[in-house]
Amino acid sequence: MHHSPAGENYMSYPKGFSTWIVTLDHKRIGLMYLASVLFFFLVGGIFALLIRLELFAPGGQYMTAQQYNEFFTYHGTIMVFLVIIPMIPAALGNFVLPMMLGAKDVAFPRINLFSYYLYCAGAIIAVSTMFFGGVDTGWTFYTPYSTTTATNSALMLCAAFIIGFSSIFTGLNFMATVHRLRAPGQGWMKLPLFVWAIYATSIIQVLATPVLGLTLALIAIEKTFGFGIFDPALGGDPVLFQHFFWFYSHPAVYIMVLPAMGVINEIIPTFSRKPIFGYKAMAGAIFGIALVAFVVWGHHMFTSGQTDFVNMLFSLITMFVAVPTGIKVFSWVATMYKGSLHFETPMLWAQAFLLVFVIGGLTGVILATLAADIHLHDTYFVVAHFHYVMVGGTLMGFMAGLHYWFPLMFGKMYNEFWGKVACVIVFIGFNLTFFPQFIAGQKGMPRRYFDYIPEFRIYNELSTIGSALIGFGFVIALFYFVYALVWGKKIVGKNPWRALTPEWEADCPPATENFHHDVVVTHGPYDYVGERA
Amino acid sequence: MADKVTAFKEHHHAHHFRNDEHQFETAKQGMWVFLLQEVLFFSPLFVGYLIFKFMYFQDFHDASKHLDWVMGAVNTVILIVSSFTVARAISSAQKGNRDGVVENLIFTFICGLGFLIVKYLEYSHKFHDGLLPGHFFSNPELLETAPHANLFFTFYFLMTGLHGIHVVGGLVVFAWLLKRALNNEFGPKYYTPLECAGLYWHFVDLVWIYLFPLLYLVG
Ligand SMILES: [Cu+2]
Repeated sequence: MHHSPAGENYMSYPKGFSTWIVTLDHKRIGLMYLASVLFFFLVGGIFALLIRLELFAPGGQYMTAQQYNEFFTYHGTIMVFLVIIPMIPAALGNFVLPMMLGAKDVAFPRINLFSYYLYCAGAIIAVSTMFFGGVDTGWTFYTPYSTTTATNSALMLCAAFIIGFSSIFTGLNFMATVHRLRAPGQGWMKLPLFVWAIYATSIIQVLATPVLGLTLALIAIEKTFGFGIFDPALGGDPVLFQHFFWFYSHPAVYIMVLPAMGVINEIIPTFSRKPIFGYKAMAGAIFGIALVAFVVWGHHMFTSGQTDFVNMLFSLITMFVAVPTGIKVFSWVATMYKGSLHFETPMLWAQAFLLVFVIGGLTGVILATLAADIHLHDTYFVVAHFHYVMVGGTLMGFMAGLHYWFPLMFGKMYNEFWGKVACVIVFIGFNLTFFPQFIAGQKGMPRRYFDYIPEFRIYNELSTIGSALIGFGFVIALFYFVYALVWGKKIVGKNPWRALTPEWEADCPPATENFHHDVVVTHGPYDYVGERA
Repeated sequence: MADKVTAFKEHHHAHHFRNDEHQFETAKQGMWVFLLQEVLFFSPLFVGYLIFKFMYFQDFHDASKHLDWVMGAVNTVILIVSSFTVARAISSAQKGNRDGVVENLIFTFICGLGFLIVKYLEYSHKFHDGLLPGHFFSNPELLETAPHANLFFTFYFLMTGLHGIHVVGGLVVFAWLLKRALNNEFGPKYYTPLECAGLYWHFVDLVWIYLFPLLYLVG
């Protein structure tokens, strides 16, 4: 690796488009992920707005029922596999994780680039299905529908399979990086909690994703050749698919949300100028969540004909998830308690995260309750619940992190005023979109339907207005980010947030080799003592 | 052994590692994590097979009688021998014996090829008898007596097929390693790719060690 000449940084040196597409620099790969993820966020978002537009009033307005089915399938598949899962680990994590360890790169830079290209290949195939028959199965690919539909589900399954391996290789890379590339003096108890969160996420990625990959391959094979594993006519069992699928897809929820918790762990102490409350409990809670994640998948199958005993067991274990999650929420609040709080945009997003995530988490406990779930299963209550977790949790955590590390990544600062405006608009829009869905779902409105009875009209109207607000908020964010990148003033000096984690020892933006010195860790990541207001 | 002194190519560790040792250990750890992933990748097939085996016990029993355990046993021996030769290739590299590396890699490659040839013979036999997955199944005898034998052969082809793909992958890797070994790249100071390929090959061997009794023997 070349050292960048004085005055140059990782973006300006080495020069040229060709140096980007073969780059092994984790920072550049992180930026390429970031650009791709944001692009697909736009695509998935447009599908979301189209769905909401159609649901503004009962009956069919702008599309056929078949188109509607395809649109929500694309919304779900793109958002889950191409946006929410890679959003924090692959985009932000690639950039900051090695720097938080004082390392020059991830353990396996070539595999890192390879996994980015796998992501691209999967993304291209996923999008290409729109021109080769479409897909209308929903992102869960439940059989027998997915193996008998006239649309091209097999091609979409191929795409998800490939993207899965991109995710596995990212996880593998980060695991080895955290184990082997920590700075001198950086014991496990001196790691920033973001690193802990990404590490736990990586374990889930490595252990759960291959099961999904093989299962999706089986569905594709079944659709194409009719092998019969999931087909009762040939002796197979469709419920087996649900078990395999949720064995991955429940832990996948934590692939999405643990990294967001990691981001919040960084921001809250920094903007409270206080050490994090209960570092060890926080790290332990991350692992507690990751562990329990593997043994709760049956809560998606309470109505699939599982025995009552199994249902009770899964219900009980699912509620245990609330314990480590509660530890984290209380620790964040305790960290802020009597801190000297600074409400710049990253902190504002962190507050938004806290508020909606608590609602998302608590409604999860309601759904884990057997009796309640029989009523709420497959209603909009579930839709609202997982959007509170995925959008409210992951997306807001991502936005917090993006604002937090934006100056590090680009050496420019976004406009603080517009940052806050966008955050508030998205927050209001988000709650307006999804809170009414809790009520509609509780009153029995089923998910995935193209039409609904007039009684549900008011909730759907509110929801659609809210979705437009969310879109508006993100358009504002797009504008001030682009403005900052092109016309923004360069940051003077380093570390605008006065954070103590090692990534801020680098220049903004960092040099090609990250640091000009060898990073040695002598203090904890959140030793903000003596700085209290 | 190494009578003539081989001039090994110098190998430089990547810039983000402290030294060769650091890089070697990291690569090995990465390989272990990859193999962990592989275990989980195979797991749905094993779990599915066991579930259906207990669901249709008699049918699976009758169906497995149609597998040729002699061929399976031959392949087991072939793979165990090849695991041994891979280990010898690595220890040859550690001793700086280039010819030892080359010979053992060639032998391993031939073993892998032999495995695939036996597999091919088995598969074509099954095709001939109509012992095929799902609705392709057309063996008249079993259709009469064991209605779910088709599911056994679905798993037989999926499991041995996925394993076979791993064998093919191994052959590609060994060909690449052979080229590098002939180029004097592996010596006592640097043999990381050999070590990792060895781990991978032992894993492929191990999967077969489970597949063989599960499919061929425990009727
Ligand atoms: Cu779940």
